[in-house]
Amino acid sequence: MTRDITVTINGEQHTVAVEPRLLLVHLIREKLNLTGTHIGCDTSSCGACTVLINGKSAKSCTILAVQADGASITTIEGVGTPEALHPLQEGFRECHGLHCGFCTPGMIMRAMELLEKNPNPTEEEIRWGIAGNLCRCTGYNNIVKAIQYAAAKLRGEETPSTEPEFV
Amino acid sequence: MITCKTSREIGGMGHPIKRKEDIRFIQGKGRYVDDIKLPGMLHMDIVRSPYAYARIKHIDASEALKIPGVVAVVTGKDLEKYNLHWMPTLMSDTQMVLPTDTVMYQAQEVAAVIATDRYTARDAKEAVRVEYEPMKPVVDPYKALEPDAPVLRTDKEGKTDNHIWHWEVGDREKTEAVFRSADVVVKEHMHIPRIHVVSIETCGCVADYDKVNNHLTMYMTTQAPHAIRTVIALVAGHLGLTEEKIRVISPDIGGGFGGKVPVYPGYVIAIAVSFLTGKPVKWIEDRSENLQADSFARDYHITAEMAATREGKILATRFKVLADHGYTDAAANPSKFPTGLFSIGTGSYDYDTAFMEADAVYTNKPPGGVAYRCSFRVTEAVHAIERLTDSMARALGMDPAEFRMKNFIKKEDFPWKSPTGWTYDSGDYHAGLKKAMEVIGYDDLRREQAEKRKKGELMGIGISTFTEIVGAGPSRDFDILGIKMFDSCEIRVHPTGKAIARFGTKSQGQGHETTYAQIIAEELGIPAEHIQVEEGDTDTAPYGLGTYASRSTPTAGAAAAVAARKLRDKARKIAAYLLEVSEEDLEWEPGKFYVKGAPEKAKTIQDIVFAAYTNHPPGMEAGFEATHYYDPPNLTFPSGAYICVVDIDKETFEIKIRRFVAIDDCGNIINPMVVQGQVHGGLTQGLAPAMYEELIYDEDGNILNGTLMDYLVPTAVESPRWETGHTITPSPHHPIGAKGVGESPTVGAPPAIANAIVDALSVYGITHLDIPITPYKIYEALKAKGVIED
Amino acid sequence: MIPEPFEYSAPTSLSEALTLLRELGDEAKILAGGHSLIPMMKLRFATPTHLVDLNRVPGLSYVTEENGVLRIGAMTREHELDESPIVAEKFPIFRDAARLIADPQVRNFGTVGGNLAHGDAANDQPAVMIALNAEVVIASLDGERTVPIDDFFYGFYMTAVQEGEILTEIRVPIQPGRTGNAYHKSERKVGDYATAGVAVQVSLDDDGVCTYAGIGLTNVNPTPMRARRSEEALLGRRIDEDAIAAAARYAAEDCNPSDDLRGSTAYKRRLVRVLTQRMIHKALERAHGRSTH
Repeated sequence: MTRDITVTINGEQHTVAVEPRLLLVHLIREKLNLTGTHIGCDTSSCGACTVLINGKSAKSCTILAVQADGASITTIEGVGTPEALHPLQEGFRECHGLHCGFCTPGMIMRAMELLEKNPNPTEEEIRWGIAGNLCRCTGYNNIVKAIQYAAAKLRGEETPSTEPEFV
Repeated sequence: MITCKTSREIGGMGHPIKRKEDIRFIQGKGRYVDDIKLPGMLHMDIVRSPYAYARIKHIDASEALKIPGVVAVVTGKDLEKYNLHWMPTLMSDTQMVLPTDTVMYQAQEVAAVIATDRYTARDAKEAVRVEYEPMKPVVDPYKALEPDAPVLRTDKEGKTDNHIWHWEVGDREKTEAVFRSADVVVKEHMHIPRIHVVSIETCGCVADYDKVNNHLTMYMTTQAPHAIRTVIALVAGHLGLTEEKIRVISPDIGGGFGGKVPVYPGYVIAIAVSFLTGKPVKWIEDRSENLQADSFARDYHITAEMAATREGKILATRFKVLADHGYTDAAANPSKFPTGLFSIGTGSYDYDTAFMEADAVYTNKPPGGVAYRCSFRVTEAVHAIERLTDSMARALGMDPAEFRMKNFIKKEDFPWKSPTGWTYDSGDYHAGLKKAMEVIGYDDLRREQAEKRKKGELMGIGISTFTEIVGAGPSRDFDILGIKMFDSCEIRVHPTGKAIARFGTKSQGQGHETTYAQIIAEELGIPAEHIQVEEGDTDTAPYGLGTYASRSTPTAGAAAAVAARKLRDKARKIAAYLLEVSEEDLEWEPGKFYVKGAPEKAKTIQDIVFAAYTNHPPGMEAGFEATHYYDPPNLTFPSGAYICVVDIDKETFEIKIRRFVAIDDCGNIINPMVVQGQVHGGLTQGLAPAMYEELIYDEDGNILNGTLMDYLVPTAVESPRWETGHTITPSPHHPIGAKGVGESPTVGAPPAIANAIVDALSVYGITHLDIPITPYKIYEALKAKGVIED
Repeated sequence: MIPEPFEYSAPTSLSEALTLLRELGDEAKILAGGHSLIPMMKLRFATPTHLVDLNRVPGLSYVTEENGVLRIGAMTREHELDESPIVAEKFPIFRDAARLIADPQVRNFGTVGGNLAHGDAANDQPAVMIALNAEVVIASLDGERTVPIDDFFYGFYMTAVQEGEILTEIRVPIQPGRTGNAYHKSERKVGDYATAGVAVQVSLDDDGVCTYAGIGLTNVNPTPMRARRSEEALLGRRIDEDAIAAAARYAAEDCNPSDDLRGSTAYKRRLVRVLTQRMIHKALERAHGRSTH
């Protein structure tokens, strides 16, 4: 049995008929063709599917689409534009915070809320703040750096150097 | 010091330019296989065995087929009609695509369900009833070799045991003689655990067979698209699907680490179903399937011994390996190397006697033996030698750094011939360790440790000074199923001086779109930003063996340099023609040729390329293209010196990595930002098996940690802030002096961490702990030693 | 990983929800944060036929202090508890726990009530609520009842919440005197279920005599467990090292852990001993105002 739900995704309203069991991530990826949100596990362990629901970072593989009825959702496609990247997108590129790019949308979406709540996080706060997002490529050093870069930029401060630092 | 010959605008070697590929990834515009949606596409899900070893009595698909939207249920018997139920592995063993009668490991593919959407396929999978007759599985590889063990591979005619192969290298008699007379001998038994790559993207494909044109397009998560095309042609050629009718496209890959080298049954079934239905078929495995069924890495049981003089000179080493391959040898090694490059295990030390042997066995576990971000079996070898080195230093009462310094191969002794037959190209091991010790403050740390020990606190310092062996490889020795392990580059420069370059490799996050462009920029002076790099489409890219084992820079990177140099030679001819001078009168600087002594008389590379299309010299072929298939003369031998400091809670035994300094030597550096990123990532993947990851099976062959809730991939919290640096010893035989780096840290980190933990616990007489070393494992070890009671 | 089909209702009032639950009987399963339930449904370990989603029922999410009682609405998200100013002041134990429950995204949706009502001894809030001696308010069409936390956990995934009932509120008495509380768990990696976890609250009178001691244990017993002998070892006396050692020893002896991937029974008992000791110290430090962290 399907039911109609209405969600606003990246500012655009969609009314879609869905089965109750449809996972939000599949609504986003399969029905609305926004494939920037990824799936990396079955157990809400990896965070690749992270989106914002009414501003809160959420694992869209563990939320039913029907639960999002009436909600405002932001996915990576709704962050920045090619002409004006979001400071986090810029930070991830400038600081080499990604390799294969598969975890990156989820990381960025998680970091959006992190910086919203804590505009000047310490390294430890960032590490704990992204503990629900797995990255297998980068070793996290540069993800931390990317988020610090974005934090500085969002605070209107000068961004730290993005040159690699060697011992 | 990294020096750059080109300007930042050109962006040749040594510049930390930002990655081109990131632009799409940060905006959610990567195109991974699950993002591909074709009209009429069907979805496949796979029924898997709950038993590790069982006879299939009956498969009843009737209920599944009643579900609206279910198109088919495919079993091994169905595939048997087309002779597609078995396939070869890369190691010339055989693997079931779908079983006709027996399942050999838990989670093995039993049947495939095909439906019009993913949800229906999942429901149909649940509705397929399979009747099994469970049998007692063989799980322990040692028991598999016992005379009364049941023979697992009854499909192999005349097979009377579970032994797969025996391999050995070195001089057995000489080694035994040295051991008999040596002053000091140490011996450790170690298990390098069965682990899983867990790329964040799982494996999958869209098989799109076009009946009208008899043509297959296969989008799949593969690190080696060309080799896969050949394998598909070998498996399905008898059905008319010959190699020219197959196009393999490897789109953006969400991490590979070796797990995306093999051909998994799911791919073959998807092809078969698409072939039969004429419709595109998508198969995307979920994480549990990925963890439970896809190729594992490691699982080597090693007995390692070292002999030395009382003064601390290493004399010989001896390794004996038992390799658990699961039910088939589905490793992804070069064909002549059943243990991969394990024989690098004599390490960074100067001695001339060694013997290594290995035996492989079948068990009722998933097949494999892939890399996990490591050149073929090098991690196992390095772990053995580096742990052993520490044990020997301890037995001799020497500091492990001093012991290493005393035994290192000297810089001036390269090229150096190892006792197992390798010729190490170059290295400066003393410089690397010296730098690591200075950065971390080694002497101060040892003083601090002595103080802490007086107070009963547990602090440890661990060193690993490893030699890697990558860049497979020279065609005289290296092939996969007969195909030589060269790699390739084709460069086409357009009339306006912008280029496209195509390669036989396939990035899974390594940044090839940027670093390959930098190599060409270095050689031709065309700005890297104007060089588009393309990989992964077998219809357009030149043939190559793919990306794994840190081979891309050593092989395809070299091909890029050589192809670009061919173009530079052509450019010189054109420039001479345009400037009306002889070729010998021209000097090159990045981006232009000028007349010796008259630098104002010059032609830029852009002028020259334009001329190649508009005004090329008489008798010369028009256009500006070159291709090179690079056959490396030798492997490359990156090295590193890593030091780790740990603090261990003496009550809970929780382990905290306080510092970790990694000094790598990967030869000349193409992009320092990318190299550092590779090192960071590799270190976390080295931390993972050192302290967290292991696939665990019970005695019935059930996997006990088949999801990410229990298979513990480190997060940003477990992963420390890595401190990285480098020394640079160029490879003398590589066109740009580079060696490859993606895997060094995964190879080097586990023994550094293990050595640090064992160092901390050495006060209790502990000389070895198997990785992953967890607080619980420490507890058990101390209890066994009688150090603690409860 | 896809759940089996099910029906779904999202009532917009408590009475509507309760009516639905009564009608549906044992076919219904309550959906709160969903971060325990939905993964189990995706793995098809749980196959409810009807989900009743409480997320649209107003008035179930709050953290307030009233007449010496901290009242937590059952649908309060873990992160809301973590960020509540009352919690920051009087119940740092919730922040200790919140930081160790799963991960930030899960804490954005996971609810305090759900963490209890799931009835899983591996969850963290049960031990915390035991240490704080909370009461649980359960509503049905017949009215409301209050269940002491000690009577709440029945068995594996079973609690006092019966068919047709909804857990609506948790009430935590605010102890008089100098009170401190703390929680920690050993975990294999961040976000993991506890290998062992210990929650402690102590209150001291002006003479330093212990007037309240609550100790709850995570994942070392089939149900969330109160370490009663340990509490008795502290109560009515000035807490010294001997008392702490005794309390820790009792907790280790009295719990009933099982062997699993996280470790052996003996290892877990050791962790309970060490953590009990450490958490009593930490709670005492907080009671003395020496530390809020």
